[in-house]
Amino acid sequence: MKTIILRTASTYLLPVLLMFSIFILLRGHYSPGGGFVGGLIASIAFVLHSFARGLDNTKELLRMHPGFLMPIGLALAFMAGVTPVLFFDLPFMTGLWYPGHLPVLGSLGTALFFDLGVYLVVVGVTLTIIFTISESA
Amino acid sequence: MTQQLVLYPLLLQMFLSILLMFCWRRISWQRVVSIVGSIINVGVSIWLFSYIWENGTQIVQAGNWKPPFGIIFVADTLSATLVLLTAISGLAVSSFSSASVVSARLKFGYFPIFHFLLLGLNGAFLTGDIFNLYVWFEIIIISSFVLITLGGEKAQLEGAVKYFTLNILASMIFLTAIAVLYGLTGSLNMADLAIKVAAIENRGLVEITAILFLVAFGIKAAVFPLYFWLPDSYHTPPSAVAAIFGGLLTKVGVYALIRVFTLIFVGDLFLLNVILILAVLTLFSGGLGALVQNNLRKVFSYLIICHIGYMIAGLGLFTEVAIAGTIFYLIHDIIVKTNLFMVSGLIFRMRGTNSIRNLGGLYADYPKLSLLIAIPLFSLVGIPPLSGFWPKISLIIAGFEAERWWVVGAIIFASLITLIIIAKVWAGVVWKEKIELPKRLNFRYFDKLKSVRKVQMIAPMIFLSLISLYIGFGAEHIQKVSSRIANELIDNQNYIDSVLGSEQNIGHEE
Repeated sequence: MKTIILRTASTYLLPVLLMFSIFILLRGHYSPGGGFVGGLIASIAFVLHSFARGLDNTKELLRMHPGFLMPIGLALAFMAGVTPVLFFDLPFMTGLWYPGHLPVLGSLGTALFFDLGVYLVVVGVTLTIIFTISESA
Repeated sequence: MTQQLVLYPLLLQMFLSILLMFCWRRISWQRVVSIVGSIINVGVSIWLFSYIWENGTQIVQAGNWKPPFGIIFVADTLSATLVLLTAISGLAVSSFSSASVVSARLKFGYFPIFHFLLLGLNGAFLTGDIFNLYVWFEIIIISSFVLITLGGEKAQLEGAVKYFTLNILASMIFLTAIAVLYGLTGSLNMADLAIKVAAIENRGLVEITAILFLVAFGIKAAVFPLYFWLPDSYHTPPSAVAAIFGGLLTKVGVYALIRVFTLIFVGDLFLLNVILILAVLTLFSGGLGALVQNNLRKVFSYLIICHIGYMIAGLGLFTEVAIAGTIFYLIHDIIVKTNLFMVSGLIFRMRGTNSIRNLGGLYADYPKLSLLIAIPLFSLVGIPPLSGFWPKISLIIAGFEAERWWVVGAIIFASLITLIIIAKVWAGVVWKEKIELPKRLNFRYFDKLKSVRKVQMIAPMIFLSLISLYIGFGAEHIQKVSSRIANELIDNQNYIDSVLGSEQNIGHEE
């Protein structure tokens, strides 16, 4: 798989795919998209990189074990759900929204942090599974 | 503060699992976090229970969406009781696992998954939405798949395949049943379903849906024709895992049956007869299966099936006394079965085997521990005044009142078989002359464990035995709780009103 075309392309594809995944993550609240799909696209970016450059290079790029993203993502989603309970005495998972309008993001609320948590968990799970399989293969 | 109380056990378990995932490689931290967290969880559950006891059914609307559209969590007395029992068993098993599960398993995330399992159990008991119930069932079975295969021994994988296949099948049937029900009524909220299903004219279709639910939950609860997966898989994982499975997993199925057949599909004579026949056959097949087994844990597994029969029989009789008996039995059974599987783990640590033929001489070597083991064993049989005795009285009285003599006969027969089996186990394991077994290499016998680990193994058994004794000697209190639960279940208007409020009548008259 280490052809020069793929290797060159992967250098450009990695940031493009990651940006695309973030775009999908952000548009997800009202339109198709969201944390799950975004996370899958982000992991595809890393998987493609590992095909072209080898697993070790991708691991070096990530700097940490992808499995570690799982608890971080879960914690983020959990915090997003639990914030209304702790600070506003509203039921679990009630959406809290910043009243103003932000550039690029649109409106900011706890739902975004929940989706971000999902995104991280999906990246963590997918990469852990794929890395483990390709290591043992 | 107390408005969200219903969700606290859930949130706590979720917080614990995430915290435990952060300490992935630090096993000694995980042990501490798990035990301390479980103690806090017992406290929270007692708080929830006493709050429900004083203030009646409480609901929380997740995401602040009003029912019947949003997912709601409902804590009536039954749910609060089961959450409390889950917390108690969870604490016992958490302490027991930190001593008995080998570190090779702990390293691969035993504790986080264990708390995810407890999260799923709490969620299933508390949810008021039938699709959400399915989601919690999925969380339960996914966590249990991991727990049952963790370690990857050959026997374990073989057991896991059987467990996996039938449980996935049950989930599929459950999902199909939900889909049909949604097609019929357009609602997933259980209280809303209760009203809408009662109004459907095509009773044949409703009955078929009910049968689908019966089959799905029947597989999970290990009711008569579809129980084969249970004895084939429960003896393979570590005994701590078997303890939580034996104590709680099948009871979730029973809980779901009770909930669905007292709230949504109420009082259909045909269905009640089907349930009664299944109950009687479960009592017979579980009892007879246990009689011929030699492996201690297989004996206990078959006894689980046998005793599920009692609970289902109470549901099938469907009078207030019978349901009270079912609930009392559920309370007694969760504590005793958890304890028994831990006992089997302790015996395994002492002797290196679970085969009754090769065991023996426990009383000569460990007289005090043998007395401790006697408490769950004889509570299970229900020798008066121990805990198994009282619910059977309620069930038998209910059977007499309904003039279902064959059910009464089956209940008495199953009690007799249980007595024979327990007598056999007691004689074979505790009283028989010790049989010298070859020493197993690389096996840490009970005597060689550190004293901290010994305490961590024995303390939960003492804890659960004391609770069993309390259930037996303080039967008056437990009877009071179960009568109240039975009253709430038979008169389901209370549940519907607390979920939908008084507006429900307006919505349905239109």
